[in-house]
Amino acid sequence: MAAVCAFLETARGRLKKTAAQILGEGRRLADALGGALDAVLLGKGVTALAAEAARLGADRVLVADADALSAFTIDAHLKAALKALAASQPRVVLLAASVQGKDLAPALAAGSSSALLTDVTALELGEEGLLARKPVYAGKAVARVRATGRATVVTLRPNAFPAAAPDAGRTAPVEVVDAGVGPGEIRAVVREILAKASEKLDLTEADVIVSGGRGMKGPENWGLLEKLAEAVGGVLGASRAVVDAGWRPHEEQVGQTGKTVSPKLYIAVGISGAIQHLAGMRTSRCIVAVNIDPEAPIFKVADYGIVGDLFQVVPVLTQELAKIRE
Amino acid sequence: MEIVVCVKRVPDSAARIQIAADGKSIDRSGVEHVISPYDEIALECALQLREKHGGTVTAVCLGPAEAVKELRQALAMGADKAVHVKDAGGGRGPHGTATVLAEAIRARPHDVVLFGKQSIDSDNCAVGVIVASLLELPIVTLAVRLEIAEGRATAHREAEGGTEVVEVRLPAAFSAQRGLAEPRYPSIKGIMAAKKKPIEEVDAPAPAGALVVEALELPPARKGGRIVGKGPEAVPELVRLLRQDAKVL
Repeated sequence: MAAVCAFLETARGRLKKTAAQILGEGRRLADALGGALDAVLLGKGVTALAAEAARLGADRVLVADADALSAFTIDAHLKAALKALAASQPRVVLLAASVQGKDLAPALAAGSSSALLTDVTALELGEEGLLARKPVYAGKAVARVRATGRATVVTLRPNAFPAAAPDAGRTAPVEVVDAGVGPGEIRAVVREILAKASEKLDLTEADVIVSGGRGMKGPENWGLLEKLAEAVGGVLGASRAVVDAGWRPHEEQVGQTGKTVSPKLYIAVGISGAIQHLAGMRTSRCIVAVNIDPEAPIFKVADYGIVGDLFQVVPVLTQELAKIRE
Repeated sequence: MEIVVCVKRVPDSAARIQIAADGKSIDRSGVEHVISPYDEIALECALQLREKHGGTVTAVCLGPAEAVKELRQALAMGADKAVHVKDAGGGRGPHGTATVLAEAIRARPHDVVLFGKQSIDSDNCAVGVIVASLLELPIVTLAVRLEIAEGRATAHREAEGGTEVVEVRLPAAFSAQRGLAEPRYPSIKGIMAAKKKPIEEVDAPAPAGALVVEALELPPARKGGRIVGKGPEAVPELVRLLRQDAKVL
């Protein structure tokens, strides 16, 4: 019986960045509970990543490596995940609050009759169970929630927990879990994947985000932000106004009706700072705003602001940042 | 085709959130409430499916007495039926909420069950998946397109780094992402008709309580407000601050 069981995500043959964060928090919790930390890898060709999971703190790695798991589906992954849980019997199950985690965690909670805590930003062990901090209303408020019961499934907000540092000498036993997914068991079948051009990170997992608002004046000016994002190694975001206007795709929208993000650096360009936008990015570690209006609400949450014409400021900022990365 | 849509009453996204005197909930006085935006998208999708394929759209809402307003709104947009699962007290968590909704849906014919991808108050992104699991329905989350033909659905789903084309046999559940449909405004005729449509009422069981909200707090205020300077001349100082003070570069 393990104290904690951590589900790790992989992409393109590597552990995702969230894996080290989940193992870091998992190790801390397992030690506090005085028990072991299991890591679970589900996918196709993921066995090779078990050693890395061990270096990041897992005491044992449960691996379901099967063709049926090559694309993520709730049906197949849930079946394999429940088998891993049966082998692990943990008190706490950890997943990333990612696109995959948001599908798998509720299904796991339902399938294992566990309580579910989602998108948690801090966890502690209380006498009566787990205590979590969880942003609600897109971060306009934070709830302190206690989960009682035998087991709890918890999703951790990406970037909210420090990553485990790898220990090169650390190893752990690997145990094979038979996914056991038969033909016809995947009811929602992925037929094809369109427009998988970008290798770019999902906004919620990005370290740096460069967001544009109505001050950009039109979609034709986004080249400016693309260059800035490239110079600083960031991903593009957008305000609701420009998504509603059809200038940018909705998957770039940051805010209460878009994505809630907490990057290391958030650069808001030509965004005035509506309440619903601020809710979605206020937990960023450092916020920079460029806006022509000195009264724009964005300056009230920005750590650093430049008042000025973005069409003059952004190219200079891009140049200066590019110098650093050289 | 029988379509069930789950809708939730939530504070409008433009609302300023204040904590109530109990320190565990929000102060709802003076706060405008609406159908959660993603649920509204799901409802619009349901209405479009019915217009194309026939059948009925039933809106189901687990919520307090006041949620009758959101159900009237759903009826005004064009839902045929409304079911109000009356909740005396909140705080049941996603699993508890899903259990109640699943029971309400189980009792009714359902070829397609629609949800918003998340409510914009508790932000769990979980109820749809748990309901589907309890009803043993397959679910496609984050749908941005949904087409139905001959008892099968083809959905486009916004996955990481690409759009998945997913096929599934009905009955099935789907959760709506922005882009799936653009919610309509109710017509005057729709609003008048909604007043006459009955709302079925069911009492929700008392919450079982595996999750307890111990406190609700406003997030720590950001210090903010530091203007580095004006125009492009301020850029070198900004970059220095980012490197040396904030240490984010």
